[in-house]
Parts: sequence; C-alpha cells; structure tokens
Amino acid sequence: MTSLLVIIVLVLLAVALWQLTRIFDLTQVGSSSDDSQVASDNDNNIQGYVMFGFLAFIYIFTIYGLLKWGHLALHTPASEHGLLVDNLMNITWVLIFIVQFITQGLLYWFSFKNRGHKDRKALFFADSSKLEAIWSIIPSIVLACLILYGLYAWNNIMFVDKDEDVIEIELYAQQFKWTARYAGKDNVLGKANVRLIEGVNTLGVDMSDPNAQDDIVVSELHIPKGKKIHFKMRSQDVLHSAYMPHFRAQMNCVPGMVTEFAFIPTYTTAEYRELPFMIEKVANINKLRAEKSVELLAKGGTALDPYTFDYLLLCNKICGASHYNMQMKVVVDSPEDYKKWLSEKTTLTQDIKAAAAAEKPAEAVKAPTTDSTAKDTVKAVIDTVKAVVAKVAMK
Amino acid sequence: MSAEAHDHGHEHDHEHEHHHKDTFITKYIFSIDHKMIAKQYLITGIIMGIIGIVMSLLFRMQLAWPEESFKIFNVLLGDKFAPDGVMANDIYLALVTIHGTIMVFFVLTAGLSGTFSNLLIPLQIGARDMASGFMNMISYWLFFLSAVIMLSSLFVEAGPASAGWTIYPPLSALPQAIPGSGTGMTLWLVSMAIFIASSLMGSLNYIVTVINLRTKGMSMTRLPLTIWTFFVTAIIGVISFPVLLSAALLLIFDRSFGTSFFLSDIYIAGEVLHYQGGSPVLFEHLFWFLGHPEVYIVILPAMGLVSEIMATNSRKPIFGYRAMIMSVLAIAFLSTIVWGHHMFISGMNPFLGSVFTFTTLLIAIPSAVKAFNWITTLWKGNLQFNPAMLFSIGMVSTFITGGLTGIILGDSTLDINVHDTYFVIAHFHLVMGISALYGMFAGIYHWFPKMYGRMLNKNLGYIHFWVTAVCAYGVFFPMHFIGLAGLPRRYYTNTNFPLFDDLQNVNVLITTFALVGGAFQLVFLYNFFSSIFYGKKAVQNPWKSTTLEWTTPVEHIHGNWPGEIPHVYRWPYDYSNPNHDVDFVPQNVPMKEGEEVLHH
Repeated sequence: MTSLLVIIVLVLLAVALWQLTRIFDLTQVGSSSDDSQVASDNDNNIQGYVMFGFLAFIYIFTIYGLLKWGHLALHTPASEHGLLVDNLMNITWVLIFIVQFITQGLLYWFSFKNRGHKDRKALFFADSSKLEAIWSIIPSIVLACLILYGLYAWNNIMFVDKDEDVIEIELYAQQFKWTARYAGKDNVLGKANVRLIEGVNTLGVDMSDPNAQDDIVVSELHIPKGKKIHFKMRSQDVLHSAYMPHFRAQMNCVPGMVTEFAFIPTYTTAEYRELPFMIEKVANINKLRAEKSVELLAKGGTALDPYTFDYLLLCNKICGASHYNMQMKVVVDSPEDYKKWLSEKTTLTQDIKAAAAAEKPAEAVKAPTTDSTAKDTVKAVIDTVKAVVAKVAMK
Repeated sequence: MSAEAHDHGHEHDHEHEHHHKDTFITKYIFSIDHKMIAKQYLITGIIMGIIGIVMSLLFRMQLAWPEESFKIFNVLLGDKFAPDGVMANDIYLALVTIHGTIMVFFVLTAGLSGTFSNLLIPLQIGARDMASGFMNMISYWLFFLSAVIMLSSLFVEAGPASAGWTIYPPLSALPQAIPGSGTGMTLWLVSMAIFIASSLMGSLNYIVTVINLRTKGMSMTRLPLTIWTFFVTAIIGVISFPVLLSAALLLIFDRSFGTSFFLSDIYIAGEVLHYQGGSPVLFEHLFWFLGHPEVYIVILPAMGLVSEIMATNSRKPIFGYRAMIMSVLAIAFLSTIVWGHHMFISGMNPFLGSVFTFTTLLIAIPSAVKAFNWITTLWKGNLQFNPAMLFSIGMVSTFITGGLTGIILGDSTLDINVHDTYFVIAHFHLVMGISALYGMFAGIYHWFPKMYGRMLNKNLGYIHFWVTAVCAYGVFFPMHFIGLAGLPRRYYTNTNFPLFDDLQNVNVLITTFALVGGAFQLVFLYNFFSSIFYGKKAVQNPWKSTTLEWTTPVEHIHGNWPGEIPHVYRWPYDYSNPNHDVDFVPQNVPMKEGEEVLHH
C-alpha cells in the first residue's frame, strides 16, 4: 500500500511541476522577451549553471554510491585464480574512475564555461592532428596493456593442463535443479547421454562403461580446499549457466555438449564465514531479515530464518519459469573432511541395485497421481518425471 | 541508378506537383513522401516506446516490491497473469523479453534510424526524395505490420515469447520448456522476419540514395556527419540483418519441421526428444553476428545527430570532421568482428575468447576519439542551450559512463564473473539505451520545426531533460553495484537468496527513480503532441544552421525545393568562420573570391 501511495505522490508531483512550467510560460508571454522557443541568453546562462550543478551531482552521487553500496560488491575471492581476476578488475576500475572523472569534468565544465552570449563569437577550431594523435595513441597504449594482462589471466584460467592432478566433477543441469557426479576412485567420469536416462540413473550415465561403475551422484556439492577441481558441465534440456560468484567462476551448460571450468578453492566454508567482511555482511543481512520478520509477523506470516553464509551455485542463464530459484549449496571442506564425506556416499551402481531390490515395494506404492491444479511449471515437470520414473521402475 | 534516370525523376516530380492533388490516403497513410514516412516512423516508434517503457516500469515494481499486490498489475495484465494483483513469474519473463525486443528493434532501430534517415537523407544531400519512394512506403508498412504482430503476441493464450530478447534455443524452441515458446514465440519470429525485410528495404534505399542522389557539389567529404552515420548504419544493417533472418528461419525449421540445427540430446518433461547433432552455440553465433552490430545500428545514428546538433549549437565546426568519419568507419568495421564477446562463457573454445577480447577492446579507440572530439567541439564555443543541445551533451555523458564499463565486460577474464548480472544491464542501458534515446530526443527537439513547422516548448524541454538525466543516473548507477554483488539478471525475485537480501533497498531506490523518470516522459509526450497543433510557428532556419534542409520552405512540398535544388559549395560546418561576419555560412553559399578552405 505504501508503494501505491509513493506512486500517487510521484504522479501528483509530476502534475504540479507541469502546472508550474505553464505558469512560467504564461508569465513570459507578457514580458518583452521573445517566445521564439530558441534559447535566449538568459536560458543559456541558467542552463550553463545547471550543467555545472549536474557535474556536482554526478561526482557526489558517485562518491555517495561508493561509500553506501561499495561494500555490496563481492569481496575476497574464494579461489586461487580469483585473485588474478580481482587484481585486473581493480586496475581497470582505477583507470575507469580516472577517465570518468576527467572526461565528465571537461564536458560539463566546458558547457558551463562556454555558455552562449550574443556578444561572444566561437573559436573556429576545425582540427588538430596533434591533439587527435594524442587521444588515439594514449588509449591504444593503455588498452594494449589491459589486453595483454587480460589475455594472460584468461589463458591461465581457461586452459587446464592435461597432466595436472585434478578432481573431476560433473555438474548436471536440468529445469530447475543441479546435480553433481563424482568420478570415484578412478577419477574418470563414465560416459553419459540423456538417451540412457532410466529410473534412478537420472543423469543418463552409461553403466556399461567401466569408468562409470564407481561414479557417485549427489545433490550437494562438496569440494576440498587447495585441490584443483575440474568441472565438466552438461545440461539435459535448455541452456543453463553454472555461476559460482565467490569463486569467480561461470560457464554455460549446453545440451548436446560438455563444457568445462576449473579452479582451486582457497577457503573452506567455515574459514570464509569467519572473514571480517563476511561477519559484517551476514550481521547486516540478519538485521534486515529481523526487520522484515517483524513486518511479516504483524501480517500474520511466519518469521524468516536467520541467515548463515554458504557458497552457492546459481543458474545464470534464463532457463524457464523457476530460473530464479535454481541453486545448489556448495561446501568447501578441508581435504580430510572431504574424503570422509565422499566415502560415506554410495556409488551409482549401488544406487541402481538398491532401486532394483526395492522394485517389489515400489509396485505396492501407487503411482503418484498428477496434481491437476499444479500452478507451477516446476511442479508439473517434477510430477511428470516422477510418474515416468515410477512407470519405468514398475517395468 | 544512372544520371539519366535521376533527371527523369526530377521532371516527374515537377509534373506530379502540378497535376496531382493528394487524397487523404495518399498523403497521410500510403504516402511515398520521405518526410511523411519519417513522421509515420516517429509516431509508431513513440507508441512502441511508451509500451516498452511501461513494461519496464511494471517489472521494476515487481523487483522492488517482490510478489506484492498492485491493482495496476491486475488491470494491465489481467486475472491470468496477475491474479489478485500479484505478477506471475511467467509474465515477468515475458515482460522482460518483449521490453528488450521493442526497445532495441522497434524504438531504437526503426524509430530512431527510420525517422531520421528518412527525414534527413534527401533533405541534407539535396534530393527530391528517396531513390525509391514506393519501396520506402513498403518498408514502413512492413515495419507497421511487424509491430502489430509483435503486439498481438501479447494476447495469445500461453503468453508472449519469454525466453529473453536473445531467444536462445532450446528454451525458445520447446513449448515444454516455457509456455511463451508456443504461439507467442511463433509470432515473435514471424514479426521479426517481417521487421528484417522492412529494415533491409529501408537500408538499401538509404545507401542508393546517398550514393546516387547527392546534389551538385555535395561530395562525400561535404556530407553532414548525420548522413555519414546513416549511410554506414545502413551498410552494417545490410550485412548483418540477413544473418539474423537465417537464424530465425532455421529456428522456425527446428520448431515446426523437426530439424536439428540448434538442438541435440534433449530430455524434457519425462521424454527424450529426437533432436541430434545440432548446437545452441551455433544459434548464439548467428544471433550475435547481428546482435552486436545491432547496438551500433542503434548508436551510430544517435552519434550522427549529436555531432550535427553540437556543432550547430556550439556555433563551431565539429572538431576533427575527418577523424569523426574515420572513427565511424572503424567502429562499423570492428562491430562485425566482436560478436563473440557475448559468448565468452558459452562453451566456445577459449582461444576464440582471446581473439574477441582483442577486437572488442580495440573499439574503445575510435570511441575515445569520438568522445574527445565532442568535448573539444564544446571548447571555446558559444553554446546555445536549446533542449536538443542538452540532450546531446547528455548523450556524450552517458556514452562515456556506459562505455567505460565496456572495458570490463569486453575483457573475457573480467566477464566471467559479471556476465549476465545486473552489471551488464547497467552497462548497455547507459551506453546504447539511454545514449541512443538521448540522441533520438535531441533529434526530435532539433528537427521538430522541420517536421511539423512548429516549435516545441523549450521550458518543457528543459524540465524533460534534467529530470530524465538525474533519473537515468539514478536508475543505472546503483545497478552496477548489485551486479558486482553477483545478482543475476532475469530473476523474477531474489527473495530465495538471503545472500542478496542487502540489495533490496537499492532495488527500491532504482525503481523509484525509474517511476519518476518514466512519469516525466509524459511532459515530453504532452509537449510533442500539443506542439504539433498549437506550437509556436517555426521560421525557416530557427537554429541558424548551415545544412540544406533549412533552405526548404517551412510548409512541406513534394520534391522539397520549389525551384532548383541548391548547389553546394562548402562543407557543412562553417560556423564562426573568420572569413565571414555572420556566425554561420550555409552550404549553398558560394565561396567568396579568394576564400580559403580552413579545414582538412
């Protein structure tokens, strides 16, 4: 309701201003000033000063923004290459702010300084090879440096050395969830294709491939600190994008092909939570959530849970109705914890056997009825998948 | 076209003037007069602009106050898409998609380029009309038809296309994936195919007209920069639009005839589809081969308009006329080899990413030349702050602010983490959205007297500019921060991520600025439509400009000039020329005896 009020106020404000100009126009009719609607000296003077004021607005708004919202930007990178990315980013930012400061300053200062007057005559200054050379060559040199640094970083990040000791993990995307597959003891992922999707083998892993026997399928991603993780991405339906902002990592998941991205995590989840900036950020978020909870409780809703930080994998390529809620928790463990966690997981071979053993009880369970009132596409899709899975399982 | 045909055309025009009376239909509807067609483009563009901007305000409200109930949602979107006034997530994505499509193609391509290329090319080069007035008329009516089809897709049962304006398959190919990919997407593709046909006809016409119909003395290096940019824009359009057409056709094949150009290995809604061997990445290449030049198709005409308006209102020649032409050509050339910077993380070979980073960052050089040349044009000028001038200065300002963040996005390493976040939205809205809109507004304020023979109210123009300028920065400057926080674009709400809870206040601020800025466009609309009828009558050359369009009578006539077409003796930027006492010398004034040319 408050928002509606805000809008009404805004509209009224607009109407008021509109009326004001009309009054302004009417007062000009009687006076000696012309109404040619071409800027007069008086207009030039006023607009010149407003130009100067606008320059101040841009500068102040920039500084205000940096102070007020600067802390919102992603902070300490949680991966090794992230330092390289952030370093290049910071250099670029310094450059951008210098250029922005100077060019906007010149633009609006000249506008103010040279505001028109009928006794003035402009300087006929058509070209100058010297000046034009300066502002072609300086950007060229600066950009050459940026390009070289950028390409150095890019090649470091994107090309995975074949001989390197890496952990291979598959990220599997579908509307609207993520699944991870670990390569198991042999550290080689088994072949897969969506045509092989059947029952609990929801990733279409080729179980006749010897490399697939020890693969492990899980719905929460755990990775060890300090080891290079080589992600291989697949999608079963539409384009998705695996975005892990804290690791400065992103790659699209494309149906019909395997894409890849690799990085070395440098902070465990527990360590990252203890970083001073993160403690502050979480405290701030929890303060906001507490305020929201009070509001919700007053309306008869339920309070929000307090927030603790976790790394996330988000979908960052529009993929359908529930795109905005396609996420997976990422946990960075110490190498020991990681080993322990992984050893407790069952392999896909075991899962399939267990499902086969449960075939009889599965028959007893009625196939889930499709909820015809399902509002959400997600729900509908999940239901259909469930129904099909159940059918396949019964065969 | 030969010189013979050219002359014949003139004779015909004269006859036409004397013997035919225009009916209402041939004058206002199926007109072949470029000035009328320009106005048709402009009005259609403005109507599409209103629709596009209202859509953006609706989804901005959803982002600021997620899942809150607004009566206006229910009124505009209906019970199906906004039950109880709460916006559904399907329609959110549809609004985002159609907003992008409308603004990029229907407002900033057809509305901007269509209006001013049609209006100014014949008038500024000294021609009686376009090379083919008939094709020009067809071009407009195809554009109109495509606009009608695009809008009609808003009313189909499952909703309009909602896979984003980039319509990447498989999402856009499979109705199972998203409801908007049914009839809505079919209409989108049909509309776009017709739009492309319209755009190509227009572009070919512009190119032929500029090459063949220039008046005596109007050499290529005496063309106003507006004409140069329209000419180069048309060339880019002819090169790149057909590629989008091919992508659209192949997508239609995949959707309707079971081919697999873009689809492979898909399991959806519980079944495996038959597609095998295609690749969505191929579509991305084809799309962006148009998509990136498209942003230059949008911004180059705005640059041309701004250059012309800045020179006139600074009472100074544009600084570095030849450098401006060279930089437009350089931008045009580079624009066709940078499309891959939209695809750094699409799964294409990272080596290609390196190449595209290199070519992309090169574009900063001609862009910097342009920006510095504009700033130098202001230096020691005698600036006349007409509303058009304010918008031109504003355009340079937002072009710089938005362009600088391009150095981040064009760098593949940095793009990894800001790709598809709100940072991208902030960047391209400033550098091509707001800048091109400013260019369009500047053009409207400047050439309104030429179009309608009346003046726009300058005080309303001042208010329009300053509120828009503050709001544009108010909307897009904070947006950089929520992008740097990692917030993905095209999220219906971010309430599912407590991580982003601290961005909500910023979102409210952005939406507030957007609503105020949107509301103040009403000032412009009022000014525009009331001035058509009640504006102050314009004089022949209100801005004391040098170009040929101001030598035509205020009342429009077929053939533009009542007598001979004026000859051209000098370049278009003789403002404050020290050889003359007046501060402007029109192009059709012969050189004085012994007068030297004072520019390169």
